[in-house]
Amino acid sequence: MRRITLWALSTLTTLVLLFSYHTSTGGSGTASAAGTSVQAPAAAGSGTTDSGTASTDSGTTDSGTTDSGTTSGSAASKTYDGDTVQTRWGPVQVRITVVDGKITASEAIVYPNGNHEDEQINSFALPVLNQEAVSAQSASIDMVSGATVTSEGYLSSLQSAIDQAHL
Amino acid sequence: MSAVTTRVDSGPSARSTAQPGSDGAPRRAFVEQAMGLPVSVHVRGDVDRPEVGTAVDQVWGVLHRADAVFSTWRPDSELMRLRRGDLCAAQVHPWLAEVEQLCVDAERRTGGLFSASFDGAHHDPTGLVKGWAVERAALHLRHVPGISWCVNAGGDLLAGAGRQAAASTWTIGVEDPRVPGSVAATIPLRVGGLATSGAAARGAHVVDPRTATPIGRDGSATVWGPTLLWADVWATALFVDPDEGAVTLEGADPAYRSLVL
Repeated sequence: MRRITLWALSTLTTLVLLFSYHTSTGGSGTASAAGTSVQAPAAAGSGTTDSGTASTDSGTTDSGTTDSGTTSGSAASKTYDGDTVQTRWGPVQVRITVVDGKITASEAIVYPNGNHEDEQINSFALPVLNQEAVSAQSASIDMVSGATVTSEGYLSSLQSAIDQAHL
Repeated sequence: MSAVTTRVDSGPSARSTAQPGSDGAPRRAFVEQAMGLPVSVHVRGDVDRPEVGTAVDQVWGVLHRADAVFSTWRPDSELMRLRRGDLCAAQVHPWLAEVEQLCVDAERRTGGLFSASFDGAHHDPTGLVKGWAVERAALHLRHVPGISWCVNAGGDLLAGAGRQAAASTWTIGVEDPRVPGSVAATIPLRVGGLATSGAAARGAHVVDPRTATPIGRDGSATVWGPTLLWADVWATALFVDPDEGAVTLEGADPAYRSLVL
């Protein structure tokens, strides 16, 4: 059983703001007013772009249902831990649970805020995975993309956990 | 840069621990630290054939070579030596000239929203090199029979198929730029590139070439289309100016789609 390692903080306030538990369903993940500029599809099939449309989900960070550290045989549920990645708030490590090839839960198991161990550690959980009506497509995230993936620990560690599941 | 490889040897016994994909098809991942980034290569299909391992090694080789040529973090890179005058233009790797020309093209096509020389002092191709290098590296994967593949180089993605093989769909989770650790959108990618540009938490900021000042706004722009090189360029352009960038992109290359958050 993996121990959750707690780390001291130098900027507690910043961290509380950043990792505060979002309870509102409206708020955090929706596209901004800048809008989604979806281009017209290529007229002459010049490219081999078989790219689909984006589906935008609102960002609810509900509590996850992960049972950390279990690898039950019958349900073929497995957990994979990503690399521990350093962020400016401390180290982050992500654990994913995979059932039948789908990511069913994702959580931060090394949490940079040493004073919030009783807080929802699943505030890192991918909201799209924890919604009631999750489509088959959105539960099977294959890769992650983000502007800050090289700087922020979570996406690097999440991608790392996805990698570990297929090594 | 030192390479940290977490790749297991090929062979059926090693594969027994790998989790198959959601469609039950075999899937295998390789990871390497290259160009200062974690780079993952995932393959589906005939994942155990020896050509896969060979091609992945060649992918890493290209990325390491590109780092040795272009890195602005290594004083011994050919770019940095060229800047210092230790090498002249005729002595450096021909890749430098190729990328420099692409930067000129990119600045023109984006109407100046992307530029490799915004400060007038140094030519810095960093914003374009990553996508360009991944595409060159992935050529090796295109020669492997019986697989589909997807490369993730620190958030820059390129997907495709091997020789006489069918592509598969990779579900890409795009991070919500305002809620770290959450996914705002999923985009299915079969063939082509996908890149996201936005406010970085630390390190290099995206600079508006028109004012030579860093973009202070949060948010991100994701672009996907036929090539990663141009997805990367346009993602940067659309983050610099979402409105003007979207209009310019639509006129310049409608094969690319975008999502601005």
